[in-house]
Amino acid sequence: MTYIAKPRVFHPSLEKNELGLTRRDYEGVMSTLCAGCGHDSVTAALIEAAWELAIPTHRAAKMSGIGCSSKTTAYFMSESHGFNSVHGRMPSVASGANAANRDLVYIGVSGDGDSLSIGLGQLCHAVRRNLNLLYIIENNGVYGLTKGQFSASADMGSKSKRGVPNEQPPIDPALLGLSIGATFVARGFSGDKDQLVPIIKAGIRHPGLALVDVISPCVTFNDHVGSTKSYAYTREHFREAVEAAFVAPKDFVPPADEITADIASAEVRDVRMHDGSVIRFRQVEGDYDATDRDAVYGYLRERQNAGEVPTGLLYVDPESRDLHDVLGTVDRPLWDLPFEELCPGSEALDALMENYR
Amino acid sequence: MEPTNVENPDYYHKVVDCQWACPAHTNVPGYIRLIAQERYDDAYMLNWESNVFPGILGRTCDRPCEPACRRVRVEEKPVAICRLKRVAADLRGDVTPRFPDIPKQKNGKRIACVGAGPASLTVARDLMPLGYEVTIFEKNDRPGGLMWTNIPQFRLPPEVLWEEIDYILDMGVDIRYNAPVESMKWLLEQDFDAVFVGSGAPRGKELRLPGRYDTDHIYIGIDWLESVAFGHTNAIEENVLVIGVGNTAMDCCRTSKRIGGTNVKVMARKSKPYFKASPWELEDAEEELVDIVENHSPTEFVVEDGVLKGMNFDIVEWHENDEGRLVSTKLDEAFFPAEAVILAIGQETAFPWIEDNAGIEFNKWREAVVDRTTFMSTREGVFFGGDAAWGPENIIWAAEHGHQAAISIHSYCRGEDLRKRPPEHMNLVSAKMGLHEWSYSNDYEYAARRKMRHVRLEERLQSIETEVEEGFDIEQTLTEVERCLNCDIQTHFTGSLCIECDACIDICPLSCLTITHNGAEADLRTRLTAPAENEEQDIYVSEPLPQTTRVMVKDEDLCIHCGLCAERCPTAAWDMRTFDLLKPYAGQDADHPYSGMGIEEMSPGGFVSVTP
Repeated sequence: MTYIAKPRVFHPSLEKNELGLTRRDYEGVMSTLCAGCGHDSVTAALIEAAWELAIPTHRAAKMSGIGCSSKTTAYFMSESHGFNSVHGRMPSVASGANAANRDLVYIGVSGDGDSLSIGLGQLCHAVRRNLNLLYIIENNGVYGLTKGQFSASADMGSKSKRGVPNEQPPIDPALLGLSIGATFVARGFSGDKDQLVPIIKAGIRHPGLALVDVISPCVTFNDHVGSTKSYAYTREHFREAVEAAFVAPKDFVPPADEITADIASAEVRDVRMHDGSVIRFRQVEGDYDATDRDAVYGYLRERQNAGEVPTGLLYVDPESRDLHDVLGTVDRPLWDLPFEELCPGSEALDALMENYR
Repeated sequence: MEPTNVENPDYYHKVVDCQWACPAHTNVPGYIRLIAQERYDDAYMLNWESNVFPGILGRTCDRPCEPACRRVRVEEKPVAICRLKRVAADLRGDVTPRFPDIPKQKNGKRIACVGAGPASLTVARDLMPLGYEVTIFEKNDRPGGLMWTNIPQFRLPPEVLWEEIDYILDMGVDIRYNAPVESMKWLLEQDFDAVFVGSGAPRGKELRLPGRYDTDHIYIGIDWLESVAFGHTNAIEENVLVIGVGNTAMDCCRTSKRIGGTNVKVMARKSKPYFKASPWELEDAEEELVDIVENHSPTEFVVEDGVLKGMNFDIVEWHENDEGRLVSTKLDEAFFPAEAVILAIGQETAFPWIEDNAGIEFNKWREAVVDRTTFMSTREGVFFGGDAAWGPENIIWAAEHGHQAAISIHSYCRGEDLRKRPPEHMNLVSAKMGLHEWSYSNDYEYAARRKMRHVRLEERLQSIETEVEEGFDIEQTLTEVERCLNCDIQTHFTGSLCIECDACIDICPLSCLTITHNGAEADLRTRLTAPAENEEQDIYVSEPLPQTTRVMVKDEDLCIHCGLCAERCPTAAWDMRTFDLLKPYAGQDADHPYSGMGIEEMSPGGFVSVTP
């Protein structure tokens, strides 16, 4: 564990975002994870994305459960709200928080143990609810805190540090999400921030639950030869399905200009979201369509059967409606409603009950 | 870019900006850490080995190290390196047992040095332990050269000066006082195997303006300071003008303030950014209520009936012309009354004692032609160093000249090629002491530079002998040492171990690191986590990394050596390693450069271990 704090001295060219904040203002306390943990890189990607989006740090809430992954919410955005919940129960706590205050940016960080084992039911129902939440699963295939037992995401045949292969089939969060109606499904790799940061930005802005599975190698218990979640294995089998960039409404430029200015051969497709922002997909695979749920499901199955790790912003539903939208709640956050409006009192209740007599 | 060759000692040496900037390449971070450990004797010896006069330099050095200090790139002020040097000198115990042994059996070679200033003394120090017999000819009745004659006692107490000079003379140097060399040919006829000219730049420049020779109240600065040092002059008139704004001018005006000058003005032709004096010397003079008047170009000494009345000046302003040269425009004229004027506008070498047919060539300014590498003149066996070589520099340059000349003299006396300089080597030892513990304090110290305490103004102006600076107290010292960024603890990268997890990049507080595809340097500099705009600082490029063939790039410019890259590296691809420059001195086998200096070797972490 590192004992010193990251010095508060800065590069003179350190940029400021539109709020006048630097990346350093989005940092948290020093990580206590193992040196080289993929999770720390995910943290860095979150810091970068939040800085680029100029999220006011006091208007965000970080939610997590239990596990190495769930510690990471302490390592970014110190000034934000946070709740470190019971094991696997982050989605429920996030649902409650989101119900009470729809105005905050919700960032949930979980792991393959927290979300695919003990919290699998919680995950599924949060997805179905389409809670407005960025849901990051830092996926390393092992229980790092308890010394590296296989988790529910470990691939068949992946070897433990002792050399014993896993013989139980994995739960793939991306396929799971697609099958239960997730409106935003992505997979990234902690070792590739160029891909991950735009995904996180789009996920934060997505109106609904953005499920982001990040292969985040456990450097201590699952980074050896034979592991399918190591840095080397992921890099070797990494396959980018589609390249996505998040374009804020104010930065939107019609793609025609871009095609001539950029790589002429690359096909660009813009998917416009409700708030006017755009996810700009640049085709890597010929006819990949990130809005076709079934085709994406088929593609993932096919590539995974071929032994690859397909990545990218795999699927997005441009018509996504989050929980509040579906329930038709008021625009004003519930916490902000005067008590009288929130609770009309026993007389009003009695009057209502009279209607049903 | 090609992978950086860190095996060339220059690469890591350059990262230690202070050491690189120091003419004598003193291991600054090394001695600062020794002070932090209260190992003052070791700190002193580490200094003494390279700069010979730690106590003197700790008070008077020109400090090329401080503007170079890396700290100014992340904070306002550099580490008070020079002050800390003085701390090591002030708090040391008896270090004499650690000085090199002087062989009783001499090697039969006799060396003559002209002038007992810092250059000659350094030559003597380097050669005496090798068995040479060194004779120094000094025109005055005591040694030190300009260190004695030109640096006022309120900046450099004589006992400090004599003590460090005696360390060298006590090695058995044959020093002859009141023995000016009046003929080079005579000297060459004596039975010496080599001659070293360290006679300085003893002639103050003249200001030939109307009225210059109509009065005897116009003094040449360095001569006047010498006269004060020897006690021949102990008073000056009330109204004094000092012409020139270099460090000699500062010594002149401050000396004047102590021996009768009440209204002392330093008259500068140019404006403040172009002043030659060190900023701290300017500050000290201003603190002593000396007026520094800029943009006044002298035109005339006003003398009436043989009595100096003052001086006339043109008031000018400066601007750059099309060729980038500074030119002045006259705005007005002004008269400044004065009863005494001191000229401090520079000094130059003077060799009236070297005959034209002595075999020593001179250039058109009557400066000796001296080889920049070998320090040898056009006459074999005659070497120059210090101010005598290429004009006025400072003590630390004189010491380095002395080292280099001593190397040449040693080679010359053994019939070896002078151009074959002994190579520099380095030690590079891991500073790792535990899982996340290092042999240095890597936590960043936010404190501002400690301020030197000065003797009260009224008190210090009473006497020329009252040293103005009181030195750092222990609290100041302990804070100041922590301000050092330990630039000699290098970030050392082993590409073959890297798994490209990005941990180092994510943790680096100064955005120094990038993993990217290789390219030409100009291109790479723009593609980094933060652009590498300081071209004077190198960028490090690794060999291709195993997993992706990308390269690790480090911009050396802003690294604060906090070691977090190494702490967060899971494979120890990054390591913090203590760099120790092994600088050769005369007669020292490159593999054992400290032999005989009382410091055997630098052990891991920069600790000096002492020979039993």
